[in-house]
Amino acid sequence: MQNTKKRNRVYESRGEPVFQGILIAIFILLGVTFLYPYWHVAVTSLTSPDYASAAGFKLWPREFSTDAYVHMFHASYLWKGYANTLKVVLLGWSCSLLGVVLSSYPLSKKDLPFRNLFTAMIVTTMFISGGMIPTYLLVNNTLHLRNSYFAIILPACVSSSHVIIARNYFMTLPNELEEAATIDGANSVQVLMRVILPLSAPILATISLWVIVSNWNAYFNCLLYITDPNKYVLQVVLRRIILTDSKEMTSVAETIANQTDTDIVTLRAASIMLATIPIICVYPFLQKYFVKGVLIGSLKG
Amino acid sequence: MQSWKEQKHRSLMRRIRKHRLHLCMILPVMVWLIIFRYGPLYGITLAFKEFRLLGGISGSPWVGLDNFNRLFSSFDFSSVFRNTLIISALNFVFGFPAPIFLALMLNELRAPRFKRVIQSVSYLPHFISWVILTGIFMELLSPTRGPVNSMIRFFGGSPIYFLGNPRYFRGTLVVTNIWKSIGWSSIIYLAALGGVNEELYDAARVDGCGRWKRIWHVTLPGILPTVTIMLILAVGNLVDDNFDQIFNLLNPAVYSVGDVLGTYIYRQGITNMDYSYSTAADLFRNVISLILVISANAISRRVNEYGLW
Repeated sequence: MQNTKKRNRVYESRGEPVFQGILIAIFILLGVTFLYPYWHVAVTSLTSPDYASAAGFKLWPREFSTDAYVHMFHASYLWKGYANTLKVVLLGWSCSLLGVVLSSYPLSKKDLPFRNLFTAMIVTTMFISGGMIPTYLLVNNTLHLRNSYFAIILPACVSSSHVIIARNYFMTLPNELEEAATIDGANSVQVLMRVILPLSAPILATISLWVIVSNWNAYFNCLLYITDPNKYVLQVVLRRIILTDSKEMTSVAETIANQTDTDIVTLRAASIMLATIPIICVYPFLQKYFVKGVLIGSLKG
Repeated sequence: MQSWKEQKHRSLMRRIRKHRLHLCMILPVMVWLIIFRYGPLYGITLAFKEFRLLGGISGSPWVGLDNFNRLFSSFDFSSVFRNTLIISALNFVFGFPAPIFLALMLNELRAPRFKRVIQSVSYLPHFISWVILTGIFMELLSPTRGPVNSMIRFFGGSPIYFLGNPRYFRGTLVVTNIWKSIGWSSIIYLAALGGVNEELYDAARVDGCGRWKRIWHVTLPGILPTVTIMLILAVGNLVDDNFDQIFNLLNPAVYSVGDVLGTYIYRQGITNMDYSYSTAADLFRNVISLILVISANAISRRVNEYGLW
């Protein structure tokens, strides 16, 4: 570290400090464009309706008010959405992880019968798909999964790229450990549970994070297959609140706004905040694992 | 004497016996794969049939290329296809180089802690869904209360309805898409930049190269393989419009410029229940997408001697 610093200094041109200054200025500006949108919505959600509908930048809640949040705390559909999303995330996570482990571990065995056939079948689906309507008809008409959370989870349960990444990871584990366990009388399932999985925490954590984030943000399958409003996930509830001026949505927030004097702008902002806060809270702690994951994923390329 | 074939058969049986538990593990996933990934492929036949609800896919009569004739003679479809191409081209031209520029700039930055903060901040939008971002952008770009428009007013312009005016909608799509994805896409380039041999920089410095020459002759060639792979992937996605983004931001006021294949297929198929017709449109899109990936890969293999496969 010390060494590189010194080296940079030796070769540094005289314009370097100016250049660095310009770069820092550009990046501060960029940072503001990335952060201000959330701040704006946060401030909007914490002000009185009058100030919320005023134009311009909102740097600080001038007329502080928590009315919108008070309303949202009494809004049962939002909390139901939360509960449903948690169910989907948990169920989706267990299905995906089970599917990835159960397929990638056998595929990491070089002499597995039909290995090439299985791999080809999995990789092919990365490039060829039936498309929106055939999938919809399969899930909705053939399998009759309407209004079941399995309709949200199953169609995208096992991602081909996750399987390939996990397989590549399992292949890097030393063979001797497995052989030792086999000699001690462990069968394949025991080897997987007691030897392989404990060694695979990093890759399992990375895939878990991907799956959890995508299930948390998923709305489209719920839109397609769930017609019972009590089963809507958080993102679909939010979509209905946010797109209140869209015709196809019977607006949820509007009815609330009519009952009380709270403005729809602040209600919208508060519900956006309530859905975003969990992500922003865990994000700083998990960020580095995500970044690692991207790099693991790119190695296969 | 055993024939070679018999021997091979024996060894296969032995391997199956040896791996029977492994095969039991992978079996459920393969069943899932066949149902949910290969099952819909059978549904593609719908593109050549006329869907009857009672008969299902197999009971519907064949109609040859009728659906495609309808598709290609439809005025809606030609406009939708044009929108898809234009929006994808704009996203490609502006969205593809953007993360490379960001990575190059970050790479020149000499303040490591500041750099880390900027990186973290720029990744954040990647984790926020388009549903939520739609809500945020509606607030920011609102013609009456949005800060962007008050800035325009401040400089003497008149407010622009970014999400509702056909003249600005495509530009808004491109800019918001870059805003969401630039940080996350830059990770892969930053990793590539970290892998460039430090000695090459020293050599370039000794040869008297300034900053721009160093970037041009050392940095860019160093990340070229990564750029090529990302380019192939991007070309393959050219007709896979950003469905999540456009589906959420689209509204009837901007159908003329913003309706793309994905949203059109959704409306025709799910909303209007015109299953055969939208399957035909979907098949058309998937075939083009496949052709694009394969040709991009072939070209890359010829020019650079490496590709995805």
